Amino acid sequence: MGQIFPRNANLLIRLSIFASLLLAVELTLILGVYFRSNYFRQINVAVQQPVPYSHQLHVGVLGMDCRYCHVAVDKSWAANIPATETCMTCHSQIKSDSPKLTLVRESYATGQPVDWIRIHKVPDFVYFNHSIHVNKGIGCSECHGQVDTMAVVWQVQPLYMGFCLNCHRNPEKYIRPRDEVYNMGYVHPADQLQVGADLVKQYGVNNDKNQLTNCSICHR
Amino acid sequence: MQTLRSRRSQSVPRLVRYASIGLLAMLLTACHTDMYSQPKFQTYEPSSFFADGRSTRPNVPGTLAVDQVKTDTYLNTGLIDGQPGDVMPFPVTADLLARGQQQFTIYCSVCHGVAGFGQSAIADRGPIVPANFHQQRLRDIPIGHFVDVITNGFYRGDPNNGGYQSMYSYASRVKPEDRWAIAAYIRALQLSQNATVDDVPPEELANLGR
Repeated sequence: MGQIFPRNANLLIRLSIFASLLLAVELTLILGVYFRSNYFRQINVAVQQPVPYSHQLHVGVLGMDCRYCHVAVDKSWAANIPATETCMTCHSQIKSDSPKLTLVRESYATGQPVDWIRIHKVPDFVYFNHSIHVNKGIGCSECHGQVDTMAVVWQVQPLYMGFCLNCHRNPEKYIRPRDEVYNMGYVHPADQLQVGADLVKQYGVNNDKNQLTNCSICHR
Repeated sequence: MQTLRSRRSQSVPRLVRYASIGLLAMLLTACHTDMYSQPKFQTYEPSSFFADGRSTRPNVPGTLAVDQVKTDTYLNTGLIDGQPGDVMPFPVTADLLARGQQQFTIYCSVCHGVAGFGQSAIADRGPIVPANFHQQRLRDIPIGHFVDVITNGFYRGDPNNGGYQSMYSYASRVKPEDRWAIAAYIRALQLSQNATVDDVPPEELANLGR
């Protein structure tokens, strides 16, 4: 009977033991570290916009409500980017010559939108609806963080399914009274579980058991 | 020494070895993103199909969206024959005033101030002079005036003669029902700044000064 393996196969076997160890480490690093890293998920990466708009100034200092610009957040699935008219409501008179606002003035004159850079995105198979969340007591800062302190906006939460399910499985941990939804600095009370359970019942958040974890609540 | 038989049996592991490369390559085919970015337009998604690069299309000239058809003119303008009317198109309730307060705080208070005196953080920053709702002229004016100004904005001076639009229209941001709610709330603010002891309900008198 002839030899199936040549003599140098011994070396290959020894090498493959080390190679498989290396592979295991690599897989752990890629799946467990890289895909979960803030670098891959683009978390805490401040994005420079074409117009240097500062939420920190407009919300934090001037005290404007989120809904002054994001008018549709409580009416539609998309929290709209304000129309240029909204910017010009004030900036036709305040800082009307500022070079930082050149793009806004051009947009208002020509009707061409400003090319804002999108920061928060979910895949096309996720049908996230803003209005149902803000109207049922989920605050802006729950997902977007304290935008009123951000001169340049960055993403603070991984908008992945695990993040969504975290709350959809336990809404009582994150729900707040409706009049606190737009409060950027809201801190959940110490007895949040008790308060939250009452609010979940009062707002009819999870009427049927497992309603919030049904696939078709987010996927169509 | 190799026989013909042994050479044939050697070809089996070689086949397996080469097949595994193909199998690994097939794993990569799972890495595709066409479900993440589907061939459909979501809000604000750019489009190369239209000349202006927008997938969100403006109205075709000469057409109106369903909610743009304004049949109830008084509700939508606050004007009767071009003059501001002085009646509410629907009854005023506590809920309506609460709604008015909420909308006023979001959209109006940034300039006019929470109490409507025309003083606010934003008014301090620039040359804008928001109206003070507690001046006599605005206390006497019919309520439809506020709805008209929210709908069409306000011009300081004649726009054809050096005047400018000091307040932009809020028609795209505040719906007609809410404009009336805001107008009713402005009236409530005006009353609140000119109330006397006689306006306090008798059962609340004991609470005064607390």
